[in-house]
Amino acid sequence: MDLIDRIEREDMRKDVPDMEPGDTVRVHVKIVEGDKERIQVYEGVVMGRSGSGLRERFRVRKISYGVGVERIFPVHSPRIEKIDLVRKGRVRRAKLFYLRGRKGRAAVVKERRRRA
Amino acid sequence: MDFIIGRKAGMTQVFAPDGGPVPVTVVEVGPCTVVQRKTAEKDGYDAVQLGFLPRGEKGLSKAELGHFKKGGVQPFRVVREVPLTEADKDLQPGSVLDVTIFDRGDWVDVAGVTKGRGFQGVIKRHKFRGGPGGHGGMFDRLPGSMSASSFPSRIIKGKRLPGHMGAVQQTVQGLLVVDIQPDSNAILIRGAVPGPKNGIVLLRRSIRVKRIGLEKPKEQVRSMNPLKASKRAARGG
Repeated sequence: MDLIDRIEREDMRKDVPDMEPGDTVRVHVKIVEGDKERIQVYEGVVMGRSGSGLRERFRVRKISYGVGVERIFPVHSPRIEKIDLVRKGRVRRAKLFYLRGRKGRAAVVKERRRRA
Repeated sequence: MDFIIGRKAGMTQVFAPDGGPVPVTVVEVGPCTVVQRKTAEKDGYDAVQLGFLPRGEKGLSKAELGHFKKGGVQPFRVVREVPLTEADKDLQPGSVLDVTIFDRGDWVDVAGVTKGRGFQGVIKRHKFRGGPGGHGGMFDRLPGSMSASSFPSRIIKGKRLPGHMGAVQQTVQGLLVVDIQPDSNAILIRGAVPGPKNGIVLLRRSIRVKRIGLEKPKEQVRSMNPLKASKRAARGG
């Protein structure tokens, strides 16, 4: 098993921020159009992480022109230029599927403040 | 050399240069030592016996020990005979083979003993369809009719029925070598390989790919399967 671990570690990124469910992140995605490459920024709330090691993925939800959009990114994908942590969120569960049924204010995850 | 013995470490994924994920099986291959050299003069055909995974002498019979001793090598847990081509005639007992007989971009066939599935019904074992899920269907997972009645009055040989499934040798042809790591004896093979983790597999340079004369794929297309016509068309090759 440690052979697999070692191989996975080679491809893993070291610049992944400490993001947790409820956090707001900005994902800079590399997009290839023909022979050109550009960066697209996708910002939303992390709904959860799944998988482990190199295969770990995270799901980001945002509202785009009134339509809910969810994208799943591999955490260690080379197609991600970088991930910015915008805001920490205060949530009480690991998977935030309940956000789907909510609109407007109700769908806002409260910011987590440092404990006094 | 076209053959080597390995031990399946498990599956994971790596990222191709184009950023896409590639499913790979990690196999720990070799080093394999030649235990015996069979020659046309002496044995009627040319072959070598390869040994993999050294072991102690304890528990081996005198005959087995003698066999290893004759080759001047240590005892091995796994011993397999593989055919020999003209180019490898100079292999002698004691010669060592490792991952480097293959290279990135090579095609291989992998043979191993599949996971045992025990006694299985006809749906899992022979891909029968089974009965309807609703409408009061009372025919669930049964094999159904065996044959016609008065003629032929017997069951035709080879009738697919429930029984023991798996734990048989199976070869998967035409798998791509994604990477080799000589320092850890690891080889990364695109796709799945028969058998459980830690199962013994035999790797062979792919005979089919050799026959159709497929070239080594370019590095940047690693996240696609170049053996699939649909994928080749998609990138306009």
